[in-house]
Amino acid sequence: MDYLASLQMTLPEVVLSLGALALMLVSAWGGPASTKFVSWASVAVIAGAAIALTGPASYGGDAFFGLYKADAFAAFAKVLIYIAAAVSILIAPRFFAATHGDDLRPEYPVLILLSTAGMGMMVSAGDMLTLYVGLELQSLAAYVLASFMRRDQRSAEAGLKYFVLGALASGILLYGISLVYGFSGTTMFGGIANAYAGTHSMGLMFGLVFVFAGLAFKISAVPFHMWTPDVYEGAPTPVTTFFASAPKVAAVALAVRVAVEAMGPATDQWRQIVIFASLASIIFGAVAAIGQTNIKRLLAYSSINNVGFALVGLAAGTAEGVSSVLMYMTIYIAMTLGSFLVVLQMRGEDGEPVETIASLSGMSQTRPALAAALAMFMFSLAGIPPLFGFYAKFAVFNAAVQAGLFPLAVIGIAASVIGAYYYLRVIKTMYFDEPVTAFPKSGSVVEGGLIALAALFISPLGYLAIPALSLWGMTAAKALFLPL
Amino acid sequence: MNGFPILTIMLAIPAIAAIACLFLNASAARWLALIATLVDFVLGVGLWANFDIGGPQWQFVESHEGLFGPFGWKLGIDGFALLLIMLSVFLMPICIGASWHAIQKRVPEYMAAFLLTETLMIGTFAAQDLFLFYVFFEAGLIPMYLIIGIWGGVNRLYASYKFFLYTLLGSVVMFIAMLWMAQFAGTSDIPTLLNTDFPVHAQTLLWLAFFCSFAVKMPMWPVHTWLPDAHVQAPTAGSVILAGVLLKLGGYGFLRFSLPMFPEASSTLVWLVFGLSGIAVVYTSLVALVQSDMKKLIAYSSVAHMAIVTIGLFAFNRQGIEGAMMMMLSHGLVSGALFLCVGVIYDRLHTREIDRYGGLATVMPRYAIFFLFFTMASIGLPGTAGFVAEFLSLMGTYQVSTWTALICTTGIILGAAYMLYLYRRVVFGEVKTDEVRAMKDISLREFALLAPIAAVTLWMGVYPESFMAPMRADVGTLLARIDRARPAGDSQPTAGKPVAAIDAHGGAH
Repeated sequence: MDYLASLQMTLPEVVLSLGALALMLVSAWGGPASTKFVSWASVAVIAGAAIALTGPASYGGDAFFGLYKADAFAAFAKVLIYIAAAVSILIAPRFFAATHGDDLRPEYPVLILLSTAGMGMMVSAGDMLTLYVGLELQSLAAYVLASFMRRDQRSAEAGLKYFVLGALASGILLYGISLVYGFSGTTMFGGIANAYAGTHSMGLMFGLVFVFAGLAFKISAVPFHMWTPDVYEGAPTPVTTFFASAPKVAAVALAVRVAVEAMGPATDQWRQIVIFASLASIIFGAVAAIGQTNIKRLLAYSSINNVGFALVGLAAGTAEGVSSVLMYMTIYIAMTLGSFLVVLQMRGEDGEPVETIASLSGMSQTRPALAAALAMFMFSLAGIPPLFGFYAKFAVFNAAVQAGLFPLAVIGIAASVIGAYYYLRVIKTMYFDEPVTAFPKSGSVVEGGLIALAALFISPLGYLAIPALSLWGMTAAKALFLPL
Repeated sequence: MNGFPILTIMLAIPAIAAIACLFLNASAARWLALIATLVDFVLGVGLWANFDIGGPQWQFVESHEGLFGPFGWKLGIDGFALLLIMLSVFLMPICIGASWHAIQKRVPEYMAAFLLTETLMIGTFAAQDLFLFYVFFEAGLIPMYLIIGIWGGVNRLYASYKFFLYTLLGSVVMFIAMLWMAQFAGTSDIPTLLNTDFPVHAQTLLWLAFFCSFAVKMPMWPVHTWLPDAHVQAPTAGSVILAGVLLKLGGYGFLRFSLPMFPEASSTLVWLVFGLSGIAVVYTSLVALVQSDMKKLIAYSSVAHMAIVTIGLFAFNRQGIEGAMMMMLSHGLVSGALFLCVGVIYDRLHTREIDRYGGLATVMPRYAIFFLFFTMASIGLPGTAGFVAEFLSLMGTYQVSTWTALICTTGIILGAAYMLYLYRRVVFGEVKTDEVRAMKDISLREFALLAPIAAVTLWMGVYPESFMAPMRADVGTLLARIDRARPAGDSQPTAGKPVAAIDAHGGAH
């Protein structure tokens, strides 16, 4: 294994890391004046990483003696992550322009770049330590981002909460990893899989439980979800957009990889955990969202709910299941980015952000296009056809039914009706209630265009993308199931 | 059939018009909606004219397999679908006409929602792929939710939520069953699935899953409670479409899926259907008798009529199934027309309270005639569509279960009671108040809405053959499929012992 080939395979992360370091220097010397340049340069770096993905990074196989895996699965997840990261950078300037005292600083895009590099490591990990390093790189950048509005109490609280609970989860995860290492003698996924295929020792089981508990925190699945609503509500909206999209995809992809590649032989064991987490997330995410009055908190519960559905696909434990999870996350990203982009348009008369659901009243009359877009996102999140969100649920439940998990499928889909209630409530507020003061028009072409793009993707036209997406998703999923 | 994608075009016209409506002002949106629905109606007539009676089972087939990955854009119709599509495209322009003056707020969105509903309903009847069917079937909730919620009455929020969540809960369980079926058969192609024999033990569960959905849509007792709420709160045209076409989705589902796909389970569980339907006929008729709200009364009568549809379908014989199908068509026309009749006087007095009216025969004579005609059709007077439908359904049922037929026949008597009681209170008697005295007789527009329905109702009653012919072969196909599971009847007709006429008198006693 020569290092040049390995470096080629890790080219996307190399581009992101070097780009982040260089831009950090620029921002250190340039100060706040360089914000605009650093933002656009960061988007260019992400685009560069995406271009680097077309090379060996998407098919090369093992790099650095198996510590890092450059396969189709990682490439699929990275594309989603890059899109979400780029959008999060693009939407920031207008948001921070309207906050009082907390201006956008050039560190913001740099932190997102660092976090993105960490996420790339996570989804490509072939070893528990690569996994952990990637996870921490992603998380540390995220903690800072959560408290980016230093003068805002809620933002600072969100950062602190995220940090303390995140550190706890990292500890749990690390404890699990050490148990697994202790009882299997290796940190490589392949070796761990061999250990699980052999005798089932109690130590390995404990390790599995702790690793899954740590991962459940990162994907904010019940019962490790409690940080999500507070952090989502407190963090600046562009950061929340980022949290709800990119790290979510990365963590879910990571969980899938660990479950299948490292612990595949113990599928029957972790399936119980996944089924519980899945149903608990679906039901809790739905029930707890009903009483919310803040749109960001509502979307936080919605993301818990959606992770539950993605886990339905993982519970199947098959290549179809993995492919369905990727499909789910693809559609979920579009719906989430779209919803948060609409939330960004919610502003009072002097431009300050508004977050109450009540302020959406009658938006269908004051801002019909925006209301229609949000209504589409909501119906789509609820999984009502003909919107594309329906196909996401179709894919995961199809995988579950194929794997014979009928109770999971029936309970999960029945609970989705509870979820439909609170999505309907948002639509009801926009369409049935009398108008209150209208949100001023933003006039931002970027944001308007992105909303239109997301809406177009989740419209029935999105169905035309299914053959291509499922082919790609299946290729990605099969990469995890290669014989070792 | 000849390569001309008429079904896709029928789907596309209202869909495109719906989007276009959103960018127009109120009056342009009204005209566009009317033109689009009329064009669809003309296409529908073309569909019927070109439908080859006695030809292949599936006609006008369009197939783009795999267009959406696991499922494709596959359309095609048989006789059942043809008739229900005709019903939809016939009622749609009437609905638009009924909303011409009644709807004044947010007209473009209203018209868009209606056009979207039309697309989805035609799609449901024409889909030949299980999942495409589900997409159309479920998507219908969205425009209906908006129609009830935005343009509905005082209690519209409650009604819209109830409508949406009730029907969604029913449908999602069916969705899981569909996934299992597609996996078992290896395809989601409906014509293939129609000839797939599912294992008998699985059939029961699948049947129940489908039953959850269709029973709510139908609606059957005891899950009918969303219907009166939705009807009362919906605007007039919303009620017409709800009663006229959306309720038919349940019956169509039983006919298309439950019976031919799970014949054994249908036969085993026929007691459930008969039991619920029997209760529904008597109970909802009695409830209708004491209503003080006109729309609620007609809504409950819908539940009773739909129960006749279900018993007819599960009679497992030609009379029953043809009767059920006729019932769906006639109920679609008649109850749609009755809601229009209510709408006509609601527009004038803005109340649905029966007590506020009275003596309309003297102030609105032409209206009284129409209302009388549709009342009679609802009761099932010979010569109207209702008679053909009720007679055939009950005759079919009698061969399977005499008791059910007996109980359901009381529904006709009770139906006469509540409809005539309603008519007497609204139309006959003295004119009590000045506001009633000031009511004008129906306008030309209202006449143009009611007259075509009356004509078709009469046509269906006098010469039902026009409507029976397209579905005759399909009923035969269905019967051939379910005959092996036909439940034993309790009427047990015997050949009899023909004896000489002289002995007959003495022998009978």
